[in-house]
Amino acid sequence: MDFQLTPEEEAFRDDVRAFLDENLPAEEDREPLFMLEWTRKVREQRWVGFSWPREVGGGGGSIMQQVILKEEMAKRNAPQLGSCFMGLAWVGPSIIQYGSEEQKKKYIPEILDGAYQWCTGYSEPDSGSDLASLKCKCVREGDEYVINGQKTWTSIAMWSKMIILLVRTETEVEHKHDGITCLLVAMDDPGVEVRPIRNMAGGAIFAEVFFTDVRVPLENRLGEEGQGWQVTLSALANERSSISEVYGLRSKMEELKELARRTVRAGCPAIENPSIRRRIQRADIRVEAMRLNGLRFITKQLKGQPLGSETSINKLHRASLEIEIGELAMEIAGSASTLTRGADEAPDGGSWAQVALSWPDVVIGGGTPNIQRNIIAERILGLPKD
Amino acid sequence: MSTGCFACRHSEKPIRARMRVLVKRAGSDRLHAPLRRSANQSLRRGARKREHMNFGFSEEQELLRAEVRKFLDQNAALEEVRRIVETPEGFDRNLWNRAAELGWVGLTMPEENGGMGLGLVTLLVVLEETGRSLFPSPLISTVLAAKAIERLGSTDQRARWLPGLADGSKIATFALLEESDNLAPEGISLAAKRDGDVTLLSGRKLYVPDAGSADLFVVAFRSGSGPEDVSLAVLEKGASGTTASDFPAMDLTKRLGKLELAGARVADDAILGEPGTAWPSIRWLIDLGAALVTAEAVGAAEGALELTRDFAKERTQFDSPIGRFQGVKHPLAEMYVDIESYKSLTYYAFWALDEDEPDASLAVSRAKVYASESFPEAGILGVQLHGAVGFTWEYDIQLYLKRAKWLRPMFGDADYHYHRIAAVGGL
Repeated sequence: MDFQLTPEEEAFRDDVRAFLDENLPAEEDREPLFMLEWTRKVREQRWVGFSWPREVGGGGGSIMQQVILKEEMAKRNAPQLGSCFMGLAWVGPSIIQYGSEEQKKKYIPEILDGAYQWCTGYSEPDSGSDLASLKCKCVREGDEYVINGQKTWTSIAMWSKMIILLVRTETEVEHKHDGITCLLVAMDDPGVEVRPIRNMAGGAIFAEVFFTDVRVPLENRLGEEGQGWQVTLSALANERSSISEVYGLRSKMEELKELARRTVRAGCPAIENPSIRRRIQRADIRVEAMRLNGLRFITKQLKGQPLGSETSINKLHRASLEIEIGELAMEIAGSASTLTRGADEAPDGGSWAQVALSWPDVVIGGGTPNIQRNIIAERILGLPKD
Repeated sequence: MSTGCFACRHSEKPIRARMRVLVKRAGSDRLHAPLRRSANQSLRRGARKREHMNFGFSEEQELLRAEVRKFLDQNAALEEVRRIVETPEGFDRNLWNRAAELGWVGLTMPEENGGMGLGLVTLLVVLEETGRSLFPSPLISTVLAAKAIERLGSTDQRARWLPGLADGSKIATFALLEESDNLAPEGISLAAKRDGDVTLLSGRKLYVPDAGSADLFVVAFRSGSGPEDVSLAVLEKGASGTTASDFPAMDLTKRLGKLELAGARVADDAILGEPGTAWPSIRWLIDLGAALVTAEAVGAAEGALELTRDFAKERTQFDSPIGRFQGVKHPLAEMYVDIESYKSLTYYAFWALDEDEPDASLAVSRAKVYASESFPEAGILGVQLHGAVGFTWEYDIQLYLKRAKWLRPMFGDADYHYHRIAAVGGL
């Protein structure tokens, strides 16, 4: 066991720190114009798409360098690297792995520059957890594909210029995972209609997307026809160690403790309430367990072994923690915790009420907890499939 | 393990001899960094070549794991464990001697005292396996007492007691708790009286692991009225005024007993360190004890999960293996999530203890909290998922449940460690 960095890694960390010292002001001093500067500079550093190969414009960072960069960034609450969230998370990696040279040349620089947003058309009304049962119909006509069908729970569809779309190009298949094809489709193509879905927190982040006779040139196919499931899996398998999520949870926990310190209940700061303390500690321990689980995953990657179903461990922890943090905030803040933005009495401007209602974004998206439990039970423990 | 790392891999040489070979190679430039580091203090911060961060084990440690597991599978399967625990001592002397020969007992003891001078992380590998097979032995007790002697004892004291512990000829234990069942310094009230040039100890030590079979007791006693005015002394079995025996207890694979002292004589050369200054070391020993039992709990919980998983695959109801039902498979998945999580916390705690990291104590408490709460849940769930047979003496799952119940209070229960975390971590 060895947690120390090699001299080369230490040198890289020092470089990162020096860059941040010079270019990242304290949070309260980040002026509106700062983001423009920051975006340009981190792009120049090749920190956007840092894990991607240098020849496509990425940073070519090693696994450890990625970890170091994420940690140093998180410690200072640095803004995100790049703004094209899904493009950076899985569209880009899929294009790098399966895309044609033209696709790489066309899309990768725009993803790195954050020229526009991508959204992800996977789920359908009848295909959620059982994604491979998807039906969105796609027929080849000459040198075009014609798409008819519906996607749903498509996050940020209304603000996206492109969608990575899974469609069914063949219906008569022995195995439902066959006959699925992956397409890259422009959202302003005729026949694409977006209807935002209002969520229980009152906002609209995801949408339904309807496709009526949408015509897409064959060269917009990613990977081979019928290879869509594989393309998707390898994109989703682009899992990381959950380091960023851990730091996100850590800072939420710190805010929660701050709330508990300044909230006086029955004459006593909530943080002195034994049951609140215990719950805070339990959550803290789980965040730390996630961090260390993540380090074990990284060790596996460093040994050249791909990560498999074990990433479900931290997804389950994260799901419970996101819910628990919202619940705990309400337990701490009492009646005021139910107030939303606009009420003077709402703690932290009503943001805890938002937290208490926003957990489904994380908990449902990317596989519900029960799906994660199935994955562990079947793929790791070897129990029979349902 | 990918490549052969040394020639004698398939030989019959005991691990200890192989480890010695490796330890001797410490100065070479082969890539055995973690083992070498723990093996040789002088190289600890030296210019050694390291590959990269490794939150896992070296090839040698994995090899040691395989050897320990093989030994236990061959010699201490659960059927044999059941036989052994019914004997008066509760462990098998022959197996104990062989385990000592293989180097398990002296693994972390200093080389000049007959040990192998390896780090706690290497011992962790052994403990995960002894835990998995519920191997009954005074290994943890002896290692912990030896650490007390190593940490506080003089060169002469170490030379006097450690070789006998390293080679397994003597068994030792740490006698800390009393009636108060309180791990704080005020929990130690065993009275000491000065009589000429000796100290006389009178009182009772309770919940002493392996009391009935120990040859040496590292005893905590009160040497003054100041809150932390406590000392440690080494008492030998059978000395006048000492009586030791085991309690009947829930987990038959772990013996707990008492040490009764009625004016037991302690010469000055049997007191470890300056009188009245032992508390910081006792604190550290509690952390170490908590870490050691938690390491065994990781292996034991995996054993419980495996047993229940296998049962769920075989047992058929409603024309299906019950492991197909989500009501069965989901709790098993949750068990896995918890075990992997306190495994990570435990691994880190061992590394932190080895390296004397400032957060070592905090790391131990986090691991012990998680294990103390989760392992008993896993045991209860394991019994439940077995249905009625889980409740029988005949099925093995109950053995794991009892181990989990034994773990809960050992070296601080969850409540104790939550308080420690708040105190150390500043909540």
